[in-house]
Amino acid sequence: MANPYAIDTRRLTRRFDDIVAVDGVELRVASGAIFGLLGGNGAGKTTMVKMLTTLLAPTSGSATVAGFDIVSAPHEVRRRIGYVPQMLSADGALTGYENLLLSARLYAVPRAELATRIADALGFMGLNEARNRLVKTYSGGMVRRLELAQSMLHRPAVLFLDEPTIGLDPVARHLVWQRLRDLNARFGMTILLTTHDMEEADHLCGDLAILHAGKLAAHGSPTTLKAALSSRATLDDVFAHYSGTMDQSGRLRDTDQTRRAAQRLE
Amino acid sequence: MHQFALEVFAIGAVEFRKLMRDPTELISRAIQPVLWLAVFGQVLSHARGIETGRAGYLAFMTPGILAQSVLFSAIFYGIAVIWERDLGIVHKLLVSPASRTALVIGKAVSADFRGVAQAILVYIIALVLRVPIRWEIGAIVGVLCIVALGSAIFSTFSLAMACIVKTRERFMGIGQVLTMPLFFASNAIYPLSLMPEWLRRVAKLNPLTYLVDALRGLMVQGEQSVYGLAVDCAVLAVVFAALVLVTVRIYPRLAQ
Repeated sequence: MANPYAIDTRRLTRRFDDIVAVDGVELRVASGAIFGLLGGNGAGKTTMVKMLTTLLAPTSGSATVAGFDIVSAPHEVRRRIGYVPQMLSADGALTGYENLLLSARLYAVPRAELATRIADALGFMGLNEARNRLVKTYSGGMVRRLELAQSMLHRPAVLFLDEPTIGLDPVARHLVWQRLRDLNARFGMTILLTTHDMEEADHLCGDLAILHAGKLAAHGSPTTLKAALSSRATLDDVFAHYSGTMDQSGRLRDTDQTRRAAQRLE
Repeated sequence: MHQFALEVFAIGAVEFRKLMRDPTELISRAIQPVLWLAVFGQVLSHARGIETGRAGYLAFMTPGILAQSVLFSAIFYGIAVIWERDLGIVHKLLVSPASRTALVIGKAVSADFRGVAQAILVYIIALVLRVPIRWEIGAIVGVLCIVALGSAIFSTFSLAMACIVKTRERFMGIGQVLTMPLFFASNAIYPLSLMPEWLRRVAKLNPLTYLVDALRGLMVQGEQSVYGLAVDCAVLAVVFAALVLVTVRIYPRLAQ
């Protein structure tokens, strides 16, 4: 655990046939940071997250997450991370409490602490009153907070989120941001999120990386990135500068998935 | 080991709760065995064209129809898993430190609830149609265990197919193509002795044949297992173990 970085990648690369989705990325995320991974559709964000969460093996290069190698010690990595996918993936046919119980069991939360951890997570995310309701009756924002509750049960060192507020209304979005900041402050949890949303990146992230065509195009705090461009630049300008126009390089599948994620909330 | 059992239980418990909450699927699945036994079986039992045991054709086919219901309700299990993949649930499971073997076996246990429900249903139909059932505790428990093993086999097979094809459309196609041959190339509704030689060879490689054979010996009076219960159980257990080994290896593909 000598590595001071929660995430540390060395020339991390992933190919799919002749497409290089992630190309030699060197990324270092300090422990305790809220880190935003930006990029247009098809820039390699999802592939990065899949590799860092051990779902996908790199073609070459290496990475450590929470001090453990994603290839040689994936089980150790999994014990120390949480993951919230882009789709609202809590089980609608179960109650909020039952969803939490499933996560607690799969993450080997000690039996003696199970009840208190679940009660704590429900309270923390403001879901106590809805605990015994079926999740299909929840609003999109509530489902997202339930997923955050699920992912905090085992006190992960690093939390990964894929487009955490996509499709949420502004109030729900701000609530999710607030809870993410709380998680970060209360547990010192390192948070890495992917986003298209510059407001989200500006608001929430202390550090950003912009991926373009699988390569790391820029890296720094929102303020430095903006200042480097011009005195009046917004984060939208920064994004456009490093990754071309949004959606131009997107693959149909990504856009389709994004659309479906948004539709599910309606 | 304790954690492994807890993980299997956690996955199974989810399915059990869902089925209890919304048993519509169990009810719609009841139609097919009723039709096969009350219509097809009633008519064919008067034909006397098929050489079966002393108890008559309906008694012969009852365990076969149970095995068929087990096959049909388990074989489309992969669809649910593909749905879970599209929602990101599979990704969440695979990012957790839970043993992947426990996840796969947990899914098989989930399918068992449906299989056991089918067994209870077929017993009720058999009672109404006055099929000579062996009403002995040992035999009934045996039937339920064999049904659980059969459901586990076909649902794991289905999960493995889902890992390979990954989309619902392709899965539906393959599911349709596989179920009917599995059913007809088995001893479910006619004995192997009536089959041409080539089909008999195929049927002997079909796990459904051993499932039916075991059920036939345990379920009805006047019928017996051709291969012996021990052989049937051994074949089914080996098939299940092999399927689990393969599926655990390819399950992570669903999240890639």
